[in-house]
Amino acid sequence: MKLLLEHAHVEGIRYYDTYRKHGGYRAVEKAFKMTPEEIVEEVKKSGLRGRGGAGFPTGMKWSFLAKPEGVPRHLVCNADESEPGTFKDRYLMEFLPHLFVEGLIVSSFALGSNVTYIYIRGEYAWIVDILEQAITEAKNNGWLGKNILGSGFDCEIYVQRGGGAYICGEETALIESLEGKRGNPRIKPPFPAIQGVWMRPTVVNNVETIAAVVPIINNGGDEYAKIGVGKSTGTKLLSVCGNINKPGIYEIDMTCSVEEFIYSDEYCGGIPKGKRLKACIPGGSSVPIVPANLLLKTAKGETRYMNYESLADGGFATGTMMGSGGFIVMDEDQCVVRHTMSLAHFYNHESCGQCSPCREGTGWMYKILKNIEYGKGKMSDIDLLWDIQRRIEGNTICPLGDAAAWPVAAAIRHFRDEFEWHILNPEESQTRNYGLAHYADPIHVATV
Amino acid sequence: MSEVQNFKVTIDNITIEVPAGTSILNAARMIGGEVTPPAMCYYSKLKESGGKCRTCLVEVSKGSEKDPRPMPKLVASCRTNVMDGMEVKNITSEKVVDARKGIVEMLLINHPLDCPVCDQAGECHLQDLSYEHGTEGTRYDFERRTFEKEDIGPYISLHMTRCILCYRCVFTADELTNKREHGVLERGDHSSISTLLNKSLDNEFIGNIIDVCPVGALTDKTFRFKNRVWFTKPVDVHRDCPTCSGKARAWMRGDEVYRVTARKDQWGEVEEWICNDCRFHKKETTDWVIEGPSKIDRRSVISQGHYVDTKTTQILINNVIGKEPRLLMDIHDVSDVNKPEVELSRIPGPAHSDDFKTTRD
Repeated sequence: MKLLLEHAHVEGIRYYDTYRKHGGYRAVEKAFKMTPEEIVEEVKKSGLRGRGGAGFPTGMKWSFLAKPEGVPRHLVCNADESEPGTFKDRYLMEFLPHLFVEGLIVSSFALGSNVTYIYIRGEYAWIVDILEQAITEAKNNGWLGKNILGSGFDCEIYVQRGGGAYICGEETALIESLEGKRGNPRIKPPFPAIQGVWMRPTVVNNVETIAAVVPIINNGGDEYAKIGVGKSTGTKLLSVCGNINKPGIYEIDMTCSVEEFIYSDEYCGGIPKGKRLKACIPGGSSVPIVPANLLLKTAKGETRYMNYESLADGGFATGTMMGSGGFIVMDEDQCVVRHTMSLAHFYNHESCGQCSPCREGTGWMYKILKNIEYGKGKMSDIDLLWDIQRRIEGNTICPLGDAAAWPVAAAIRHFRDEFEWHILNPEESQTRNYGLAHYADPIHVATV
Repeated sequence: MSEVQNFKVTIDNITIEVPAGTSILNAARMIGGEVTPPAMCYYSKLKESGGKCRTCLVEVSKGSEKDPRPMPKLVASCRTNVMDGMEVKNITSEKVVDARKGIVEMLLINHPLDCPVCDQAGECHLQDLSYEHGTEGTRYDFERRTFEKEDIGPYISLHMTRCILCYRCVFTADELTNKREHGVLERGDHSSISTLLNKSLDNEFIGNIIDVCPVGALTDKTFRFKNRVWFTKPVDVHRDCPTCSGKARAWMRGDEVYRVTARKDQWGEVEEWICNDCRFHKKETTDWVIEGPSKIDRRSVISQGHYVDTKTTQILINNVIGKEPRLLMDIHDVSDVNKPEVELSRIPGPAHSDDFKTTRD
């Protein structure tokens, strides 16, 4: 099922003429015949959930937007995709810039945003040019600018480059950075829906969310809601990397099982060299890592599917999260300790340094994990790590603290024996990896 | 018409009525005593301050009368406003006590602990905080973070190693001038208070950043290593100053003025900014009109040495636990031991763990 990537293979789809020929900008035409409230209602009906990671219902977010008289409102698109393992937005913006711009126009109209910003990650320098070109083309053809389609609605889209900081993907830090300040997350409340950019009501949405508005308007919210299962409606882009035969971007309709997704030729095509699956991070580096047995089956012994609810089944004890869709697969030769260390290093490096638990705790965790990885660890370090992550999680201003704590917590929860092996065999651990161990063994399901 | 609405808020079983828009921390400060959460970064005089140090986290066990759901996470009391009927747990919540311990430990892992040579020792908020809320040791066994030394002018010395990044000095400079010359550079655990290219801070009131600094990161160069805080006596003084109000506090030993600071209230916050001239250049007794000794907290180390006219803090522990404490145990542990209906005073002889068991069954 392809909605977003339907025409991704068409040559020249990056340019306006080809895109228009393939049914582009129909959503804008349709949307401008509706009222903004009808569009919001349509998005609500679609059950679209934010694709940035948290999975908050988009329609609800839009309806929270404060609408005070005489105060401009803004739509900000979060294209600061910096999570390790996530690269779906890059693909979307690079190859289908007009789909994205179309979604932005429709969303801007629905929210009444006359000035819309795209905050794009600094490292995506070449995509800025692609987007600028798409915006210019759209403008030349009357889809942007003053009085769009004679509706009296004006809209301008500006692309703003970030400076290359992961923290600027957090919505309030993004807003600060957009305003030209240091990218420190704001203390909430007030939420951006009340006071965002320039203290005006603001909606911050992910690139994929904005793009998904186009098929919702084209086909109607109810049609869109029919795709998928339960509260996981529509299609989701997944960026797959790691030990997999066919890494890349896949669009799924959230009904296939995890096993099918990894092993079928339609999707990832299995693990190279016939190796076995050890662990997987299904939603970008921040979400908890799960061993193979818990990934393919839930703790209750049911098949796990690629959707928001099924992946989260069992909570953090035995489940994980859909997150942003950065699917990282690890085969039997990978070392979980080393992997956790790299993630801890990443979060240490990207912490903004504003609030103390995250600033000090992430560095501490990294140093301990480095010791364990290089054979200098102590047994008490594992409990210490657990204690540190517990005291970071939930006590910080923004979710980066949680994102730093979860991978460490999950690694200790599921792979504690591997940590212990590293500590007990400091020399051996430098030359070989722990291997698959029992992580792919069938789980014992307790009868209730 | 615009009558200020009063909200009823209960903090650690003590109920108080406060005007709408008051933060939990300020409501707790109105009660005073043990129920006040510590605050390292919040400064009531600085608009944007607060929310960063996370020491003032409290548990909201009941959101409000209308919406009685508890808040899922601990909240920063300095940046959360009270709602009508809100119930807050500070020292009565194990979660809060535990989280606070963690935060104190994390604030201290990279702190050099050079109190013996630090001019702030004796009036350092981090010392107070770690003494009151911290643990006795650290589990951190790595090298502590260090920074290159930076000269920020002839009057103020900056020790970045001691800094806890509360951002107070940044907000103070914002308050005092439109052209702030220092700020936070870099990010994460290597972020530092710094000026670009070793610029000297040059503002008539910039000396106030010394007073707002909760630790010894910013200290007075004219007072450097001259004396320990607790050997000097704070005296309220004033003078006719053309730039500021001239109301200051002189720290004297004998007839000598060792240091001049702004007057601080009971939460250690500056009452009125003073100018650099008063602070750094008026070190003669003849420069000042002496009003009398300043009132300071009875428990402060500064009051040692027969210093009279000190403030006493009201003890509220009986309100917090709902009864008069009978034993030290009652005060230290407001949890399990207190729950069984055991009248400790009625047990013949020393209390044994069995005494508690029998009543529980």
